[in-house]
Amino acid sequence: MTIRVLFFASLRERTGKKEMALEVAAGTTASELLEQLRRDVPGMTDAGRISLAVNEEYCEPHQQIRDGDEIALIPPVSGGH
Amino acid sequence: MIRLTDEPIRIDDLMSATADPAAGATVLFVGMTRDNNDGRNVERLEYEAYPGMAQKELERIADEASRKWPVAKIAIVHRTGVVPIGEASVAIAASSGHRGDAFDAARFTIDRLKEVVPIWKKEFFEGGAVWIGDQAGKEGTWKNEGGATSG
Repeated sequence: MTIRVLFFASLRERTGKKEMALEVAAGTTASELLEQLRRDVPGMTDAGRISLAVNEEYCEPHQQIRDGDEIALIPPVSGGH
Repeated sequence: MIRLTDEPIRIDDLMSATADPAAGATVLFVGMTRDNNDGRNVERLEYEAYPGMAQKELERIADEASRKWPVAKIAIVHRTGVVPIGEASVAIAASSGHRGDAFDAARFTIDRLKEVVPIWKKEFFEGGAVWIGDQAGKEGTWKNEGGATSG
């Protein structure tokens, strides 16, 4: 199945990507996907803490990814002032 | 009125949006960009958002605040893009029958915003730039609990 992965802020700069399409195995969980990305995407290996959002909602590590999902990699947020 | 904008925040807009004949108090919080952080001279700040999700999270926080306190109205505006020093990066207004609830709701809203809303701040200082929060280690909780070190 195919998903879309979005990169923001420090992760966008580290990887040089704003987004990418990715083929993942059915049944892949959010935490497995994150492991895979840390391993395979240059610049992500030594990135700090990352949370995942699936279709604009924070997700739990065990949540299964579905075909067509929009996955956002969320480094520590720092909005405000 | 809950939104992101890449233009200067107009405080009057938040005051009109939260005006209510039943409200005896409006608390307005304005977060300003500061010229120093961690001993560095900050030259400017740049904010990046995940717009769709940020909008949803802001709306959720306003709903949460409205359930916790009897507020009449809440307005939240967060600026994105480059924000020069001394300008508003975020503004929150909460109106309520009485001041205590308005203060509490406004305080809750800014605190929660800094913890969960997918907006990131890059600080440009003399000789470099850094994404605030990016220094956090890999360890820690899965859910985003905020890495902000300033504000």
